[in-house]
Amino acid sequence: MAEQSTRDSAQPRPLDTFSKGLLKENPAFRQMLGLCPMLAVTTAVFNGLGMGVATTFVLVCSGIVVSLLRKVIPSTVRIPAFIIVIASFVTLVMMLVKAYLPALDEALGIYLPLIVVNCIVLGRAEMFASKHGPAQAALDGLGMGAGFTIALVLMSAIREVLGAGTFMGVQVLPSSVEPMLIMVMPAGGFAVLGVLIALTVWIEHRKGNKAAAAASGPSQSLCAACPLDCGIGDPTYEDCAREQLYERLDKELAEHESQKRGGES
Amino acid sequence: MAAYASILFSMLLVNNFVLVKFLGICPFLGVSKKFDSAVGMGCAVTLVMVLAVAVTWPIQQLLVAWGLEYLQTIAFILVIATLVQLLEMAIKKFIPALHASLGVYLPLITTNCAVLGVAILTIDEGYTYPEALVAGLGAGLGFLLAMVLFSGVRRRVEEAEPPEAFRGMPITLISAAIVAMSFMGFAGVVDHLFGA
Repeated sequence: MAEQSTRDSAQPRPLDTFSKGLLKENPAFRQMLGLCPMLAVTTAVFNGLGMGVATTFVLVCSGIVVSLLRKVIPSTVRIPAFIIVIASFVTLVMMLVKAYLPALDEALGIYLPLIVVNCIVLGRAEMFASKHGPAQAALDGLGMGAGFTIALVLMSAIREVLGAGTFMGVQVLPSSVEPMLIMVMPAGGFAVLGVLIALTVWIEHRKGNKAAAAASGPSQSLCAACPLDCGIGDPTYEDCAREQLYERLDKELAEHESQKRGGES
Repeated sequence: MAAYASILFSMLLVNNFVLVKFLGICPFLGVSKKFDSAVGMGCAVTLVMVLAVAVTWPIQQLLVAWGLEYLQTIAFILVIATLVQLLEMAIKKFIPALHASLGVYLPLITTNCAVLGVAILTIDEGYTYPEALVAGLGAGLGFLLAMVLFSGVRRRVEEAEPPEAFRGMPITLISAAIVAMSFMGFAGVVDHLFGA
């Protein structure tokens, strides 16, 4: 990664930079990043929307700052540096929300400060912002944030309407319909997300886009199922932490073996 | 004593970090495929959670004393990241055998939301220092419990043949929903047991 700052890719069209986050690389449904807030705060549309906007703000601001600092930050300490930038903006968002939307602050609770460890934010800083100019980084952050917000709103709309019979607090289902309480319970969160992800895979299949479906389906769960919160979100990426871990494990196992053999002889 | 038991069991069962609070979903879905790795990851997270609480709680008192509460998020994430790095180095140096089974999971939990989550939660709940440590232990054990239970479920799911679109992640999430449903049964149990 030493040459990371010199590797600014060819400039893609601004519109593509923005729109790829909406569907093609939707952070929640396609890259399966940021699943914790996705499951936790989507019990009501208001909370989902608030979380989405807060995350978008952090994505855009940290993207711009990381991009501006990309030639200053040495690559060995880039992750801690990115985390500090992100944490600063999360603190800013927390202050703003506390001051102007105390109800949202109450509803989001500890999930607001936890935007710091949202894989999407660190992932975009590492994958995109640290390799592109500030304008590009801002657009990318805006697109990814919008995609994440859409996913959050979609999921919270399903859960709120089915689980409480309301939308943004307004009664939409006739009161004779018993709301399915399970939908706003934790179990409902897992189930709705599972069905929505299956739906996106199914739509890709229907469009005949087998390659894309495969990429986002089982093999994509490579990253989703990867324990390493590296936030890169791309198993083919050269810095994939999983590959590095496997290499390290192999090396350590070999060392261990040779030590054992040395002790025996 | 009852107060500590109440905190421990409510963190372990009623407010299970993974299945009720949705913290640490990435490792929960990622490392739960095999029983051994689920146990390794669970133990590593438990250890780090207790240590993280042990370190962040006094730091919060310092921040409050200096009127710097707004630095909580930044301070906590940096302290936890440093702590995990130091812990890994220490284990590697002094207990190499443990490093092989536990140490490898440590770098993965530096930016785990469950660890930062428990540190912030103990502050928000206004726990005393011993209570905070018990809460950290309970949250970690709850994570371990969820991982172990789910690794068993996962083995069966791997052999099943769901519809094509559901393969991989979706079916895993649906089975997690069923496991989470079983944890709903614990709601109220702890309050009745310990009268908290």
